[in-house]
Amino acid sequence: MNDDSVVVEAQGLVKRYPGTIALKGVDFEVRAGRVNVLIGENGAGKSTLMKLLAGAERPTLGRILVEGREVSFANVREAERAGIGIIFQELNLFPDLSVCENLFIGAERCRLGVIDQRSQHEEARRLLSRVGLALDPATPLGDLYVGQQQLVEIARVLGKQVKVLIMDEPTSALSQHEVEILFGIIAALKREGVAVIYISHRLEEIIRVGDHITVLRNGEVVGVDEVCNIDVPWIVAKMVGAARKAFDYRPRELGEEALRVESLSLKKPNGTLALDAVGFSARRGEILGIYGLMGAGRTELLETLLGLHASARGRIVVDGRELGRSRAARRIERGIALVPEDRQLSGMVQSMSVAENMTLSSLVRWCLRWPGGRVVRPGREREACRRMVERLGIKTADIDEPITSLSGGNMQKVVIAKALLTEPSVLLLDEPTRGVDVGAKAEIYRAMLAVAERGVTVLYTTSELDEALAVADRVLVLSSGRLSADLPRDRADRDEIVRKSTPFAA
Amino acid sequence: MSHISSRHVPHATATRVEPPHGAEPTAAPGTLLGSRKGQLKLLLRILKLRIFVALAVVLLYFSLTTGNFLSTANLLIMAQHITVIAILSIGMTLVILTGGIDLSVGSVVGFSGMVAGFLISRGIPIGDQVLFLNVFEVVVVTCLVGLAIGMINGALVTWLNVAPFIATLGMLYVVRGAALLFNDGATFSELGGHAEFGNTGFALLGGGTLFGIGYPVWLLVAMTVLAAAIAARTPIGRYIYAIGGNERAALFSGLKVKKVKLFVYAFSGFCAALVGLVVTSQLQTAHPMTGNTYELMAIAAVVLGGTALSGGRGTVIGSVIGACVISILNDGMVMSGVSSFWQMVIMGLVIILAVVIDQLQQRLQKKVMVAL
Repeated sequence: MNDDSVVVEAQGLVKRYPGTIALKGVDFEVRAGRVNVLIGENGAGKSTLMKLLAGAERPTLGRILVEGREVSFANVREAERAGIGIIFQELNLFPDLSVCENLFIGAERCRLGVIDQRSQHEEARRLLSRVGLALDPATPLGDLYVGQQQLVEIARVLGKQVKVLIMDEPTSALSQHEVEILFGIIAALKREGVAVIYISHRLEEIIRVGDHITVLRNGEVVGVDEVCNIDVPWIVAKMVGAARKAFDYRPRELGEEALRVESLSLKKPNGTLALDAVGFSARRGEILGIYGLMGAGRTELLETLLGLHASARGRIVVDGRELGRSRAARRIERGIALVPEDRQLSGMVQSMSVAENMTLSSLVRWCLRWPGGRVVRPGREREACRRMVERLGIKTADIDEPITSLSGGNMQKVVIAKALLTEPSVLLLDEPTRGVDVGAKAEIYRAMLAVAERGVTVLYTTSELDEALAVADRVLVLSSGRLSADLPRDRADRDEIVRKSTPFAA
Repeated sequence: MSHISSRHVPHATATRVEPPHGAEPTAAPGTLLGSRKGQLKLLLRILKLRIFVALAVVLLYFSLTTGNFLSTANLLIMAQHITVIAILSIGMTLVILTGGIDLSVGSVVGFSGMVAGFLISRGIPIGDQVLFLNVFEVVVVTCLVGLAIGMINGALVTWLNVAPFIATLGMLYVVRGAALLFNDGATFSELGGHAEFGNTGFALLGGGTLFGIGYPVWLLVAMTVLAAAIAARTPIGRYIYAIGGNERAALFSGLKVKKVKLFVYAFSGFCAALVGLVVTSQLQTAHPMTGNTYELMAIAAVVLGGTALSGGRGTVIGSVIGACVISILNDGMVMSGVSSFWQMVIMGLVIILAVVIDQLQQRLQKKVMVAL
C-alpha cells in the first residue's frame, strides 16, 4: 500500500509530571500503512507521548488531531473507539481471569445480556492463533509466562478494529521465535493500512521493521527521518547526543569456586519440570550469561537460587557452604542477591522513597545495636544511598523522592543498588536490561563488570543474543528447563547458542 | 515526630524538585501561578495536619458549648476513655500498616480482664492448695496471654495462610466465648486482693496517679513513644511499611515477612491485654463482655488518623490523635445531650468524611507536584 496519509498528528504537546516535564512541545506525525518508530533513552518521553495519544493521560498543553480533527480523549476506551489501540509496556491484564476473559475485557460479546461464551472462545482461539499461541482460552492468564502474556495483550488489541496500533516495547519479553511472529503480524497490519507506532530499544529491530523514525531526547524531538536513510550509529548519536561507547569486555582474574549448583530440579504446578537437573559452577569474579527462550527456566533458575521455591530439589553451595533448604532471607545473608525480572511487581515498594527502597535488603547494616534490638541510623543509611546514587548514576532529584517519580531505567538501578548494598558474593540479575534504553543498558553492564572486578560472581539472564555475549565470561544455555550448553566466551558463537536453545534440536 | 509525620506524607519533599536540565515550563505565567501555588501548598499543609485540626475543632466546640467540659473531673474521665481506644489503635496501626486487620482485640480485652480477675480473686488451684500471684505477676501473665492470642492470630495469617479478616474474625468469637466460659458468663468481682496473700493494689493500675496524671495516661504515652519509635526508627518498622506497600517485593528483598506479621499481631494482642488490665482495674470487676465492639472504634481511630487500610501508609501518632477525636466527640455529644441515635449517625459520618478528605489530599498532592 502506498497510502501514507497522516492519520494522527500531535502538535506542540507538553506534559508535566511532579518534578519533571516529560514532553516539551513535541510534534509527531503517524502515517497509515507504515511502521512509525519512536526511539529515545529512558525518560526521553516516549511512553508519555504514547499515553497521551492513547487517551491514558491528557496533555498539559498542545493538540492531538485524528484524521485532521482535534480530539480530546477522556480515557483509553474513547481512544480505542476513535481507532487508536495501545499495547502497554507494563502489562494491563487480569491474572485471575482466563485468557479469553482478558481478550474481551470491556468488550464482552453478549446475547440477551449474558456473555456468549462459545462465540468468545471461538474468536479467542482465532486471535491466539494469529499471535502463534496454541493455548486453551480458558487457561488462567496468571499461569502464563510474561512473554505469553505479552502476546495475549497483542491479541487483545488485534481484536479491535484499529487504525493506529501503538506497541510500546512489544518485544522486551518475547523470545526470538515470538518476535518473528510479531513481525509477521506487523507486516499484515501494514498491508491492511494500519499505522503502527513502534517503540523499542532494540536498534536492529527498528532498522528491520521500521519505515519512519522519530528520535526523542529529554522530551524534545531531535531527529526525524526515513529508516532507509539511516543506520544504527545515527540513531545512537541522536539519542545520546554524542556517540558513546557501550561497554567493554575485559578478561578478569578469576578466583576460586564461589557457586556450585548440582542437579537442581523444580516442578511446575502442572507436573512438568521447570528445571531439570541443572548443574554448573561459577568462580569468583566470573560473569555468566544465561540465555534461553521464554519458558526455558531462566527466571525459575534464579528464583530457586534465592530460595523462593521451597519445592525445589538439588544442592546449592555458596562459598563452600551448602545452602540446604533455607529461604530468601537466610540466603541473602549468605551472599546471594537477586534483581527480579519484573521490578514493579517484585522489585520495589511503590509507596516508599528511593532511599527506603535502596536499603530494604541491607537495613541491618546501617543500624545501631541497642539492648532491645536494632535502631536505624539515618545518617549512615543516607550516606550509603548517596554512594550508590553516585556509583550507578541514578538520576533523582533527591533520595527522599518517591521511587515512582523515577524513570524505568533509574528504578531498575535502585533495585540493583538494593541488591549491591547487601554486598553479595553471588549477584543474580533476571533480565536486568528489560525495558531499559541503550544508555542505561550500558551503565548497567558497566556496573556488572565493576562488581565482578571486585570478586563478585554475576549471573544474568537475557533473551537477546547480543546481550548474552556482551559481558559474559561464559554463556549457559537453557532449553526446556535443561542446561543444554555451557560455553566459554571464545567458543560461544551465535549459531551454537541458538541451536542449543531450541528444544528438540539435534 | 517530624520523622514519623514525613512518612505520613511520602511526597512531602517534592517541593524541592527542579525540572531537569533547567528547562522552564512553557505553561502559565509564573507570578499568577505562584500565588495559586502558594494557596494550594497551604491547603495541602492544612490537609496533612487535618487530624490535629479536627482535634482542635472538637475541643474548641465542646468547651464553648458545653458547661463543665474543661473541668478537671471531666478531663480525667475523658482521658480514661481516650487511653482505652488509643492503646488499642496503636497495636491496630501496626497491623493495618502491613495490610492486615485485627478484629479480635475487643475480645482480647474482655478475656485478659477475666484472666486478671481470676488470678486475683480465685488464684490458681494446685492440688488442694491455691496459688495467688502478686499484682505485678498478674500483670505479666495477663500480658503474656494477650501476646499468645496475638501470636495465634499471626500464626493463622502466616503459616496457615488465612486472610487476616477471617482469622481475626474467628478469633473474635473464639476468645469472646472463652471469656464467657471462664466463669460461666459471670464476672469476677472483689479485685481488692488480700493482704495475707500479698496481692493487693490492683486498683492502683487504673486509678493511681503520677504528677496528678493517671497511670493509664502514662501507659498510653509510653506505648505511643514505643510504637512510634518502632515504626520510624527500627528495621522491623521499615519492614512493616514495606510489606504493606508491596509484599512480593518485600519477599524478594529477603525480608522475614512471616516474622514481621507475627510481631504485629502479637503486639496488637499485647496492647489489647494492657487495655483489659486497665479497664478491669478501673471497674474493679472483670466482666466477660468488656471490650465488645472496641475493635471497630480502634479501626475507626486508625482510619481517622490517616492510615490507609490497604497498608503501607500511616503513622502511630495519627491513630492516637484519631482516638482522641473519637473519644472527645463521643463524650462531648453525651454531655451536650445529643441523642445516642444521633451520636451513632454523626460518628459514622465523621469516619466517612475522614476518608473522603484523605482521598482529596492524595489528589491535591499530585496536582501540586505537577504544578511545581
